[in-house]
Amino acid sequence: MKVLAIETSCDETAAAVVEDGRRLLSSVVSSQSALHKAFGGVVPEVASRAHLELLGPVVGEAMQRAGTGPAELDAVAATIGPGLIGSLLVGVSAAKAYAWSWGLPFVGVNHMEGHLHAAFLEDPKLSLPTVVLLVSGGHTMLICMQGGDDGQVEYRLMGETIDDAAGEAFDKVARYLGLGYPGGPAIERTARDGDPTAISFPRGLAGAGYDFSFSGLKTAVVRYVRAHPEVWVADVAASFQEAVVDVLVAKARKAAAEVQARAICIGGGVAANSALRRRVEEICRADGRAAFIPSRAMCTDNAAMIGATAWYRLRSDGPTPLDAPVDPNLKLPLV
Amino acid sequence: MSLVVLGQREGPVGVVEVLARTPEGTAACGAAVGRLLRPGDVVLLGGELGAGKTTFTQGLARALGVEGAVTSPTFVLVHSYPTKAGWDLVHADVWRLQQLQEVIDLAIPELIEQGAAAVIEWGEKAAPALPSDCLHVAIGYDEEAPGAELPGPAGAEGVRRLELKATGPGWEGRLGELARHLAGGQP
Repeated sequence: MKVLAIETSCDETAAAVVEDGRRLLSSVVSSQSALHKAFGGVVPEVASRAHLELLGPVVGEAMQRAGTGPAELDAVAATIGPGLIGSLLVGVSAAKAYAWSWGLPFVGVNHMEGHLHAAFLEDPKLSLPTVVLLVSGGHTMLICMQGGDDGQVEYRLMGETIDDAAGEAFDKVARYLGLGYPGGPAIERTARDGDPTAISFPRGLAGAGYDFSFSGLKTAVVRYVRAHPEVWVADVAASFQEAVVDVLVAKARKAAAEVQARAICIGGGVAANSALRRRVEEICRADGRAAFIPSRAMCTDNAAMIGATAWYRLRSDGPTPLDAPVDPNLKLPLV
Repeated sequence: MSLVVLGQREGPVGVVEVLARTPEGTAACGAAVGRLLRPGDVVLLGGELGAGKTTFTQGLARALGVEGAVTSPTFVLVHSYPTKAGWDLVHADVWRLQQLQEVIDLAIPELIEQGAAAVIEWGEKAAPALPSDCLHVAIGYDEEAPGAELPGPAGAEGVRRLELKATGPGWEGRLGELARHLAGGQP
């Protein structure tokens, strides 16, 4: 079964063709980040207009690279939430129109569930239970993927941020330090020349359950720089990154031990961070667990993961009605 | 005592000034505002990165009986929470927006008209699209306040000075009660 999938929840316009939820026939991502750089963040109106201009060519290229025409497709899928409402609407409206005109079922996909399935796409051997650390600009979650009674995969939320998302902290601190947007790569680049032990920034909620807090860390960075204007910015970036990675890794490790997970998997834009990838590999090696570190392209927003998820959703829930609305605050279906 | 009411000035522009020594103090200040919040109200929050705008909103939301986590709305711009009283609390962050039209696109004015109350972070730039009768809350770092010695440990949150300013009769009339709530021994 071939699915054409579209992803426009934030600032990437993406389309992919995926076969049977596992086989990637094509994946095209057109990033708008250069467009948003001047503003220091995604500008919703700019994003939706850019999606509108890019979507047609991106879908065309995905179909061409997959060597697939509408007649060989079995469904059209799109991210239905969470995300920016204007951006979501562009992808969902287009997907519904394609589905209706080609006489195919439409499948609305939860973006976060897509991130969870990204690992399956690259490594179908993923064994359960697996603890997934989902870290992006809008989310920071620890989820246990486990087998349910009916043979379906279940998601159990173990912890999440109580204030800022990890990626949001990267963006805001990068902007405060004048390092530019997107904040993740900017901090990582700057941190290479700095000492991660130079400043001891707070580890939010360390030792207290599986929830995260990054708001206090952001404040600590601002206060430190105000009090030490002469500080080397690379030391601040490196110490900040260390504080974020420390907390993420410590909690993922503890969660994996509690549920006796076979593996730890990471996903979301922050999972592209080298320090986080290295540390997750280290703790998994030390604890005898598998580490699923998807390629950077599969961590950041893409449509391949939406196509993979759509296949599962179509089999378990059937098609999504064409009048289903987008939901900017859509939550993961948790047990 | 983490909250100190510094004073209250009445009309034409009423102001209450408060010192919060901890994030809990900032949240308690939000809770005091939350207890007076009514459908159709608008609270605009200002203050630089890390000042405590989301912390203030968390206190405010809890006072309204909002259940679950109140997190930063920066990414999706608007979060909406049902309050115990039945109306919705809209929590928005317009930090990333460049134009007034984008505030209008978020439909915040319509949500307020339909009986929600709104708390808007970085609200100054949204003000022209909103009712003129607002409560402006400016949260600033106060490094000179007694007990705010610097340089402190990197982890200390520091002292905040909050200035709560009414810009219309709706909030002007509630400032006295607000000052009493604030002085009323919050944690």
